[in-house]
Amino acid sequence: MSNPRVAIFDFACCEGCQLQVVNLEEDILSLIALVDPVEWREAMSDHSDSYDIAIIEGSITRPEDVDRLKTIRERAKILIALGACATMGGINKLKNNFDLKEVRQAVYGAAAGMAHLNTEPTRALDEIVKVDFKVHGCPIDNRELGAIIRCLIMGKTPVIPTYPVCVECKKNEVVCRYEFNEICLGPVTRAGCGARCPSRGFWCFGCRGYAEEPNVAAASDVMDHYGKTVEDLKSRLTLFVGQQEFPP
Amino acid sequence: MTEKSNTLNIEVHHVTRIEGHGNIVVRAKDGVVEKVEWQVPEAPRFFEAMVRGRSWEDIQTIVSRICGICSVSHSLAAIKAIENAMGIQVSQQTDRLRILSHYAEYMESHILHAGYLVAPDLLGQKSVVPLAASHPDLVKTVIGLHRLGNEWMELLAGRMTHPVTFKPGGFSSLPSEAQLRDLQQRLVAGLPELEKLAQAVLSLADRLPAFTRDTEYIGLVDGQSYTFYHGAIGSTDGKETVPVRQFESVVNEYVSPQSTAKWAKWHRDSYAVGALARFNLNAAYLRPQAAKAAKAFGLKPKNCNPYFNTVAQLVESFQIVEHALEIIDAVLAAGVKSETPKVAPKAGEGTGAVEAPRGTLFHRYAFDEKGICLKANLCIPTNQNHANIQKDFEAFVPQIISRDPQEVRLLLEMLVRAYDPCVSCSTHFLDVKFV
Repeated sequence: MSNPRVAIFDFACCEGCQLQVVNLEEDILSLIALVDPVEWREAMSDHSDSYDIAIIEGSITRPEDVDRLKTIRERAKILIALGACATMGGINKLKNNFDLKEVRQAVYGAAAGMAHLNTEPTRALDEIVKVDFKVHGCPIDNRELGAIIRCLIMGKTPVIPTYPVCVECKKNEVVCRYEFNEICLGPVTRAGCGARCPSRGFWCFGCRGYAEEPNVAAASDVMDHYGKTVEDLKSRLTLFVGQQEFPP
Repeated sequence: MTEKSNTLNIEVHHVTRIEGHGNIVVRAKDGVVEKVEWQVPEAPRFFEAMVRGRSWEDIQTIVSRICGICSVSHSLAAIKAIENAMGIQVSQQTDRLRILSHYAEYMESHILHAGYLVAPDLLGQKSVVPLAASHPDLVKTVIGLHRLGNEWMELLAGRMTHPVTFKPGGFSSLPSEAQLRDLQQRLVAGLPELEKLAQAVLSLADRLPAFTRDTEYIGLVDGQSYTFYHGAIGSTDGKETVPVRQFESVVNEYVSPQSTAKWAKWHRDSYAVGALARFNLNAAYLRPQAAKAAKAFGLKPKNCNPYFNTVAQLVESFQIVEHALEIIDAVLAAGVKSETPKVAPKAGEGTGAVEAPRGTLFHRYAFDEKGICLKANLCIPTNQNHANIQKDFEAFVPQIISRDPQEVRLLLEMLVRAYDPCVSCSTHFLDVKFV
């Protein structure tokens, strides 16, 4: 059996998740032995229109991006969304909370009317095409990406935690950020990061998206116990997992 | 790319092995250059608009996402601006540990650029992948140094990309003295590896094109050190320095008659920032091994060959390791003290600047009395370099126009890569022109 052909693409993003692929360091060499990398603009000058697995970082913000994404979907057998921008729109969705005309004006001033500065409400990949697997996080955890690719090659379904970050904090014996009078999104955010931020004294800002079945009642109890409100929680939720209304 | 009789057309759509998207367009007829353009079609993301209405506590978490490669620089510039706006003083320990964290990003970023993005050009390959087979020792050295930079960053900043430990006022968690001692040992062990990489690049240095164009170089200066973090804005064109709060008077964004892209200029039509600029301004303050590396390459200020930016990055890699060892000594001598940042928000406007690996980075924010962000203005290194890349193209293309089109294309791609552009960062501020 020949190695699957893998291509990596990006849309609007910081390219930090692709950097996590480079950050696999020596493990890249063992992954390259399992796959045939055919296109990756950030790291390679090679180009190909023929691939089995497409890995895509970034969110969709322009009409021309929609066409390009659809083309990639048609060509790929498996499409993997890499990181928060691709899986849920990520930080780029903050923009959707504003009137987009005004957003252009604020950044580009008098030049805001120019056609190439057009921008649409930010969308995640699965708001446009079918996504087969999501690698969560901002940035992704590259060990999780390695495990997912190895699972796919072996024909297994990768297992991604459905429980919230609080579970990992408890496991790591990390003191709850609410004890420090902070708003932490751990109770509603999907685990799998090893509670990396709370473990280093910083609140969870929800970069892996909502846990599949967040215990809303328990989260509400936590809010009550520490004298916080759901509004407090929502203010931080909009950073990565906000359910912003799209303007008409 | 097509070549018909005596017409030359080069269109490189999305230059590879750079961060972000850029195009090169060259048209020539009968050996006369008709059009030379460096274009940027990156999707704008509007960060300056997005941070409005957000709490001062969330700003660095948001703006870190401007760039995956220089997320530490963006976080630090934002935090310095917030502290400036709210009159927050930090401890000497915080200052030292921030500089130590910042250097981790330099290690990761410079090695990534020299090892993964530039080395394939020098060895005639399209990526680092074939080098793993043809030059396994070199690739092993590059990966080892890259890993060192990342583990260093993970220790100080909490993870490899998008730091979590930085807060206005200090750190959310501190490394232990034992961890710092361990890092120090690994940095000492890293120096011979850096030497191996420098030797490998030195043996290929004759493949760096001999192109020079007299250029103004701009960067932070403090008159006493090779600074990446403190200081005022200096230029190779004049002795006067400008405080960072007046950065607009340096960057002077303008619209060129031949392009709609906003460019930056100070004393001339364009200027350059980055490793070569810092070297040209601050080479006198290099530590011994860094100075030795510069000497080995024949790199002396003022060097005006943009391809030598990669060499300056290697020199800086020695500099940061040597200075990091001194910082760790100082932190250990004082003992790591537990500190909890306690900050009350305040209304005000503030500016912060750091040298990002790609050049001087400016952040400015205004806050209301609750610490809600009212306004932001961010000025990015690559944005400041775009005009200079264009000016280099205009000077270099006529010199090489009679060469094989493939070679012209490669030389121009290498020129863009030499600047180590970070296009995702820069486009939030650029007026972009499509073909």
